Amino acid sequence: MTPTVTTAKDLVHSLPDGGAAAYDVTVIGAGVVGTALARELARYPIRTALVDGSDDIGNGTSKANTAILHTGFDAVPGSLEGRLVREGQRRLAAYAAATGIPVERVGALLVAWDEEQLAALPGLLAKAERNDYHAARIIDAEELRAREPHLGPGALGALEIPDESIICPWTTPLAYATQAVRAGVHLHLDCRVQQIDSGPDIHTLTTTRGPLRTRYLINAAGLYADELDRQLGHDAFTVTPRRGQLIVFDKLARALVDHILLPVPTAAGKGVLVSPTVFGNVLLGPTAEELDDKTATGSSAEGLALLREKGRRILPELIDEEVTAVYAGLRAATGHEDYRIRDYPDQRYIAVGGIRSTGLTASMAIAAYVTELLAATGLALGTPAELEPLTMPNLGEASPRPYRRADLIARDPAYGALVCHCEGVSAGEIRDALASTVPPRSKDGLRRRTRAGGGRCQGFYCGAAVRALIEEATP
Amino acid sequence: MTRRERTVDVLVVGAGPAGLGAGAELAASGAGHVEILEREQVAGGIPRHCFHGGFGTGRAGGAVTGPGYARQCVAAAVGAGARLRTGITVTGWAGPRTVDTTGPTGLERITARAVVLATGARERPRSARLVPGTRPPGVYSTGELQQAVHLFRQRIGTRAVVIGNEAVSHAAVDTLRVAGVDVVALVTDQPPSLPTALAPLLVRARHRTPLLTHATVTGLTGRERLTGVGLRHHDGRTTTLPCDTVVFTGDWIPDHELARRGALTLDPGTRGPAYDASYRTSETGVFAVGNLLHAVESAGTAAAEGRAVAAPVLRRLATGGWPAERPALSVDAPLKWIAPNLFDPDGARPLQGRFILRTARRLPRPHLVVGQDGRVLHRQRLLLPAEPNRPFRLRADWLDRVDPHGGTVRITAV
Repeated sequence: MTPTVTTAKDLVHSLPDGGAAAYDVTVIGAGVVGTALARELARYPIRTALVDGSDDIGNGTSKANTAILHTGFDAVPGSLEGRLVREGQRRLAAYAAATGIPVERVGALLVAWDEEQLAALPGLLAKAERNDYHAARIIDAEELRAREPHLGPGALGALEIPDESIICPWTTPLAYATQAVRAGVHLHLDCRVQQIDSGPDIHTLTTTRGPLRTRYLINAAGLYADELDRQLGHDAFTVTPRRGQLIVFDKLARALVDHILLPVPTAAGKGVLVSPTVFGNVLLGPTAEELDDKTATGSSAEGLALLREKGRRILPELIDEEVTAVYAGLRAATGHEDYRIRDYPDQRYIAVGGIRSTGLTASMAIAAYVTELLAATGLALGTPAELEPLTMPNLGEASPRPYRRADLIARDPAYGALVCHCEGVSAGEIRDALASTVPPRSKDGLRRRTRAGGGRCQGFYCGAAVRALIEEATP
Repeated sequence: MTRRERTVDVLVVGAGPAGLGAGAELAASGAGHVEILEREQVAGGIPRHCFHGGFGTGRAGGAVTGPGYARQCVAAAVGAGARLRTGITVTGWAGPRTVDTTGPTGLERITARAVVLATGARERPRSARLVPGTRPPGVYSTGELQQAVHLFRQRIGTRAVVIGNEAVSHAAVDTLRVAGVDVVALVTDQPPSLPTALAPLLVRARHRTPLLTHATVTGLTGRERLTGVGLRHHDGRTTTLPCDTVVFTGDWIPDHELARRGALTLDPGTRGPAYDASYRTSETGVFAVGNLLHAVESAGTAAAEGRAVAAPVLRRLATGGWPAERPALSVDAPLKWIAPNLFDPDGARPLQGRFILRTARRLPRPHLVVGQDGRVLHRQRLLLPAEPNRPFRLRADWLDRVDPHGGTVRITAV
């Protein structure tokens, strides 16, 4: 089967068939939730389309998060989110191991910095138990100091969650999308949905690339899910973007921290976290700012100053290290403490809204849950098949990257020819990414697939060479 | 894991002017098997993409361009018998003088009797400067800009703002002009260094470009493409300069990853390895030269240090000696750093008998005082102002008054 990925830059840039032949299911939004859904639906003998307004998958909220694979220890007990996070964590951990998505089980410590926070730990421990998580325990200041010797002064104790893990937030949706497309799902990028006209059997989507017809519709549009939902006549939720600014520190800071250091939530608000990344960096953030603008992904001087102030308290030496990146993500907050997943069988429509920062962890469970809902609405899905196994390129530092593998380099010297020195990215990996099933269309897209240009020099050495490789591959 | 294990006499890491200078002089002096490793495909370092003149002569108007100078350096090293290997990256240490490498020919583990680090320096990118705002295309460092224009002939943009006002900033302006980009302004957070009325005129005369002093970058705007650079002026006014390109120049930082991974002691001021006048770091048998030590001096200075390291390396190969504890040299604010920054117990003098220093703010006629454990060793009045991002120098003829077993030697501007 020839994979179908289309973009506005294609020679024939209207949608295939001019939208005449209807898809069985169309998923709007190719973030981590939409791609997981497309992958799940790809197992069935139905025609599925995945559409997104941007030029890449995972290019909205999914690309800018804290990259944590949660246990769900602190979810609201009994909530849908809690259930899907726990189930999603098991599914994604297994999937990551099978496909080579980088995951490191570093564990989390909720560090108490004052008596109020210390007093909150037993309650959090009890909540973890209610969420069916039984490995948590409270450790005292002395053990905490031994486990994290670079912590700032004044830490009084911590709640340890040994199974909290870090994960590659970019490889995950890319693996989903790759498997989906290889199994026959049509991925249409640069394809913003402007209007939805629903007939008795068919929804007609007016998109920036022409009409698209579909029998069933799944709204996984993230920040824009409420607007689509209203187009279909509902007023179930409102998405208020919550901006999270984050600072990424250089790999040389990695030795300063061994766990995800989480804040203890109290009435006074939520603090910021310090976490290693699977790429070997250290992350500080996020801020939490309620905004009106769904495109406000810029950072602010105040936000960065706040992060540095809080970071200095948690891990004083971190602030002296070089910063490799600053970014801001928008979380799709709805004002409800749970996901907003709802099916409308009469409309052949399912809304998957309010998927907050836990969406990465829960993505596979959300996909399975929504697919069940879809079957219940009357769509005959048919018999599921096994998807072709997939191995993703390794971007993580916990196992050898290609430039450290004599076997790979012996087979293909391009894996020993480094282009991006800060991140150790070889010409072979860049070539592979540019020729992959879901190829990058920009420097940012290539960076998310390979790490090229994502290091401490930010392109001082390799920026022009990387751009030349992209321009060669995409004339 | 299959690694080819090899031994050499001297391993030089980095083939810019400093590393090539070291390789040339060492090979010519009979140091044995001298191998230079360069991670780029082409040796020569930063001069490779500096298409302006002034290299090798110390004069801005000199005829030798960066690429020409890079070729001269390469020819000298190879001609002297050093083995130059490009496209080979040192990925870490496997012992005190043993490194692991990767390259298209596979993985190696190279043990040397002496290692010379010459990994250079880079400009701090926008992110490391914590400039807020969006992350659109159109944001460059000078290094990336010069390579894009001169080596790859890439399209840059139409209107650019250049952040910085040092030699490299003016090189960026020249490169933008070559690329057909209109330069809107040079922006610096420093106060005017010349009488306010005069400075903009001089810059305008050279580049026909206004210089905005005392201005801080408050943010970048634009999504698909950069649309502007926000500024806050000294008097509190804020403005946005519309542009589709911005170049963050200067603000150099040593490329010290390998040094840190080898647990070399860093100087808190330079952020490069602490070193003495014999270019000896804290690790036995590991030397360092060039802009890894002091970001940044001219290519000529880096090359001269490379050549100067040959004698101490040869001495090390012959005698195996290495100093244990050496008093550090340390500066007080507003001075930023001094190099070299360790006392050399063997009596070596810094290059040209003078230390290099930097200041964080302009000092009109600085009076430098050198002291140790409460004793004043030296006083010196400089005749010219000390300017930020520009070198100024301190005589070294007081070094024989230093107590080799004493405390830190402090340099203060009063």
